[in-house]
Amino acid sequence: MSNIRKAFANGKAFIPFITCGDPDLETTAQVVRAAVANGVDLVELGIPFSDPTAEGPVIQAANLRALTGGVTTEKIFDLVRDLRRDVTVPMVFMTYANVVFSYGSERFISTCAEIGIDGLILPDVPFEEKDEFLPVCRKYGVDLISLIAPTSAQRVAMIAREADGFLYIVSSLGVTGVRSHIDTDIPSIVSVVRENTDVPCAVGFGISTPEQAKKMADLSDGAIVGSAIIRLLAQHGRDAAPHVGAYVKRMKDAMR
Amino acid sequence: MTNPKGRFGVHGGQYIPETLMNAVAELEEAYDRYKDDPDFNRELTELLNEYAGRPSRLYFARKLTETLGGAKIYLKREDLNHTGAHKINNVLGQALLAKKMGKTRLIAETGAGQHGVATATAAALFGMSCVVFMGEEDTVRQALNVYRMRLLGAEVVPVKTGTATLKDAVSEAMREWTSRIADTHYCLGSVMGPHPFPTIVRDFQAVISREARQQILEKEGRLPDAVIACVGGGSNAIGSFYHFIGDAGVRLIGCEAAGRGVDTPETAATVNTGRLGIFHGMKSYFCQDEFGQIAPVYSISAGLDYPGVGPEHAHLHDIGRAEYVPVTDEEAVQAFEFLSRTEGIIPAIESAHAVAYAMKIAPTMAKDKILIVTISGRGDKDCAAIARYRGEDLHE
Repeated sequence: MSNIRKAFANGKAFIPFITCGDPDLETTAQVVRAAVANGVDLVELGIPFSDPTAEGPVIQAANLRALTGGVTTEKIFDLVRDLRRDVTVPMVFMTYANVVFSYGSERFISTCAEIGIDGLILPDVPFEEKDEFLPVCRKYGVDLISLIAPTSAQRVAMIAREADGFLYIVSSLGVTGVRSHIDTDIPSIVSVVRENTDVPCAVGFGISTPEQAKKMADLSDGAIVGSAIIRLLAQHGRDAAPHVGAYVKRMKDAMR
Repeated sequence: MTNPKGRFGVHGGQYIPETLMNAVAELEEAYDRYKDDPDFNRELTELLNEYAGRPSRLYFARKLTETLGGAKIYLKREDLNHTGAHKINNVLGQALLAKKMGKTRLIAETGAGQHGVATATAAALFGMSCVVFMGEEDTVRQALNVYRMRLLGAEVVPVKTGTATLKDAVSEAMREWTSRIADTHYCLGSVMGPHPFPTIVRDFQAVISREARQQILEKEGRLPDAVIACVGGGSNAIGSFYHFIGDAGVRLIGCEAAGRGVDTPETAATVNTGRLGIFHGMKSYFCQDEFGQIAPVYSISAGLDYPGVGPEHAHLHDIGRAEYVPVTDEEAVQAFEFLSRTEGIIPAIESAHAVAYAMKIAPTMAKDKILIVTISGRGDKDCAAIARYRGEDLHE
């Protein structure tokens, strides 16, 4: 069974997204540990990309801060090796296709398996292109996470049937970022997912408040939060860890 | 040459967010329905002829030929089209398609501003609303085009992210499309991005070589020895090459922007300095670092200042059917000035890259050889920037 399933074994999963190296890798390590200490179920680690086309301004800025700070794919592998000395919750990488492809898909994905990365989220790799990475992911036991969007319509069943790890349901049109309202019909997407797979599904994009997290988690198996956490990093920089810890606790408490 | 998934050899594909997949599927379906539809083509041809001023001239540049003293040089005058560049060919096609699809809003990216102006023009003509994304750096380099777009009723959004140039404008247009799909068509300006764009844009630009092939046969009774065009994303080049691809005797030469030189980091010569990657919806060659971060490319030409190249060009390079050569800023500026003085034709600085390479090879060729050089656009927009390059303090 995929290690990622463990994240969904104890009630609703809370999944934070953290851009590695924003503003430096020491801070990332502290923030991840603070998040884990406060009960996150799975950690989504972003490998920054120069041109993150699925991201809104908040995460774009985090990518820029991280790259300006000199972070590279290999330094992030070292960060994960360090985290895995004590962090046991599942961890996945979120990055763009070229970061993996350019490094060499086999070299990248085999390293993921070796250092304890359980899955890979590539927002610019839709169902039709997943064969670019899927065979290698399956060879090394790294789950290639599929995304479902508000516009997926008749595609939901097809995507769900072949899903590995968990399904990432994109809550809204557009790019990542905090939103005051989410008006996509999440229940009907989740019901098609349930008919086609027993892989768990979590909702992300636009979630920032405990109320939103609870609502989205109630409709699915978990909630993913990115921009709201990245804003704490933008605000507090190297001192962000306790702030992220406290935020995670509020979110997790609301979802219980 | 396109397989069902929009591949050109290993290149192409649809590397885009799931949110856009139904939008590109809808576009592909509409294009398949209309591309051979007689009414659609009649309407498009009428627009191209009556509104854009086609067919464009294939002009024998006698004085240029005599001055260089070698091969006969013909200029394919896309600069004479309405709006002053080849971009209108594609835009009229896509706008008409968008109208058939019931879309009421066009969005576009632009580098030099020519595609933005063309899109704003078509939007005005078709009564559609229009938003153009343009790198902030380019809005400064091409201030006049920003004004033209606004005059035509478009909203111009300066993009401040990344290098604030063409690649960032493409990223921002893609982001905008994911947030508003139902009424909006993304009128992509080059033979790049996810399938079906590279095929659609090529087909609409192929009018260049369809005409040029017939025109050269009428004038010379034979095919040219080479066709030369500048390549950024590559739309005027693929349009210039397309109907000659099957003619093995015709050399196809794409001129890339080398900026300050291919041995410097300040270059945009993708085929010459880049490597295989996945970006902006396609697999192709990209300028990038060892970890796959897209490089901040540079060229004096805002229209060629792009870190990638269209997938069909990448494939034509792989199979050896087309050659891609680097041309520096300095060579392009010299060609810009040379063509202005010898023929009284001021080419776009983009097109001047193609002229520069013709100036290199024409003198080495026999007088009975024939070159076709595509003048993809007119150079009025570049005069202030070239004056500044030459040290003259000229502002628009």
